[in-house]
Amino acid sequence: MSAVVIDALVKRYGATTAVDGLSLTAERGQVTALLGPNGAGKTTTIEICEGFRRADGGTVRVLGLDPGDRNLRARIGVMLQSGGVPTTARAGEFLRLVASFYADPVAPGVLLERLGLTEHAATPYKRLSGGQQQRLSLATAVVGRPELVFLDEPTAGLDPQARHATWELIEELRAGGVAIVLTTHYMDEAERLADRVVVIDGGRMVAEGTPAELTGAERQLRFRARPGLGLEELLSALPAGSAAKESPSGHYLIEGEVRPELLATVTAWCASHGVLAEDLRIERRTLEDVFLELTGRELRS
Amino acid sequence: MTTFTPSPGAAPLSKMVSAQTSYEVRSLLRNGEQLLLTLIIPVVLLVLFSATSLLDVGASSRVDFLTPGILALAVLSTAFTGQAIGTGFERRYGVLKRLGATPLPRSGLILAKTLCVVLVELLQAVVIVLVALALGWHPHGNPLSVLLFLLLGTAAFSGFGLLMAGTLRAEATLAAANLVYLLLLVLGGVVFPLTKFPAGVRSVLELLPISALADGLRQILQHGTALPGGDLLVLAAWAIAALLLAVRFFRWE
Repeated sequence: MSAVVIDALVKRYGATTAVDGLSLTAERGQVTALLGPNGAGKTTTIEICEGFRRADGGTVRVLGLDPGDRNLRARIGVMLQSGGVPTTARAGEFLRLVASFYADPVAPGVLLERLGLTEHAATPYKRLSGGQQQRLSLATAVVGRPELVFLDEPTAGLDPQARHATWELIEELRAGGVAIVLTTHYMDEAERLADRVVVIDGGRMVAEGTPAELTGAERQLRFRARPGLGLEELLSALPAGSAAKESPSGHYLIEGEVRPELLATVTAWCASHGVLAEDLRIERRTLEDVFLELTGRELRS
Repeated sequence: MTTFTPSPGAAPLSKMVSAQTSYEVRSLLRNGEQLLLTLIIPVVLLVLFSATSLLDVGASSRVDFLTPGILALAVLSTAFTGQAIGTGFERRYGVLKRLGATPLPRSGLILAKTLCVVLVELLQAVVIVLVALALGWHPHGNPLSVLLFLLLGTAAFSGFGLLMAGTLRAEATLAAANLVYLLLLVLGGVVFPLTKFPAGVRSVLELLPISALADGLRQILQHGTALPGGDLLVLAAWAIAALLLAVRFFRWE
């Protein structure tokens, strides 16, 4: 049985449709990343799964149950995007309080240690840094040994070291068989962590697959040069199935089977125009490129 | 088996509620403003007006007149003002929402808050009674009647406190809860006898929940009345109305 099954989910706020017919599944022992820009509907989707909001259409099953089912509370862990902790509560005190709601919690001290919060255990929440608050929130989400965790932007605003500590903890959850559903607008996070990526824009799924499936095996060649070079002549010299475009102005992108001959053809063409290609590089597509292609927009805009 | 191998399950309800209650009491007792409200102001008023002749209470002993009113004030400060402000900010900061995603049921959270209020009131009562006895207080009446009034007062003020916390913005709750506290302290027969007000005004003020609580406690503790029926009726009506309104309009986020 899948951990989460969402079918044709619709959620409206007044005249705005936040989620518009979204369908997806999340499996146990896997990290499923909902990737998309701010306002794409990621948080709305996750909060419906958590039972905080009711869907206007479609069906959502969480561990086979309706998201509003009280019996789910002991089985799922929740990390809100922000807040959720009393400002005067000490970090260790609040984690111990939440731990006491579960039958077989992880020892709070172990979690504090893992997330680098031991020396801040007696610090009131409002005096923790943003990154420490995030990690405390993550700790409260996993302390009850849940089967399924929802993490809303788990590493937003974290420094690199704290980010890696968070990633390692998420990977350990997965190794333990926990289903993890997270939202992110960080490409590298999705590429590093996710078994499946669901790309969301405007409340709809625009692509779905493993990071490798989404980025494809294809490589691409990029360079900068003076704007307005005619590409038709170059294209006729390239192998069939190649594509070339200038976007934005002065930035050239050649896609296709990037072989040594293709590179030679491109540089020869540049030479014939008396152009020195700058920043010439061959790279794999990233999720950022995929998102840009699918939506015509930058992810972090 | 790793640290995070799933092993889901809720703790027993009693354990959850006692943990939450203990957390609520601790956080309340280390909050300076709350201590000022719950202990310092009532004790200062009791000592100040008992030991001086600033207040004219007629022929009766000042401490015998004041102590029941101060006990009513203690209930008001904890059940209403403190609870409204605390819960209002918990709602604002998403704490109520976050706790809603744990196995602690909402009824368990409300029960914990109520237990916290009762425990703090107990502490207040002990301190106030000890100070009053030291000032020469001679209580009368049936302790069970006193308990009934304190419980009804707690129910009424908790209902209004939660209603305010669950409907208004946190800042509005903070301002309004303090204003209501001050107004009821002055106008509710807590310290200043209602007999000092003109008759028309007085008959309206007597219908306030704080007046019914203060007067009821005074009837029992000062005059030895078995069970002041009028005050009991007024207070019970407020308690029912407050709790019904809170249940109907409280918003968790």
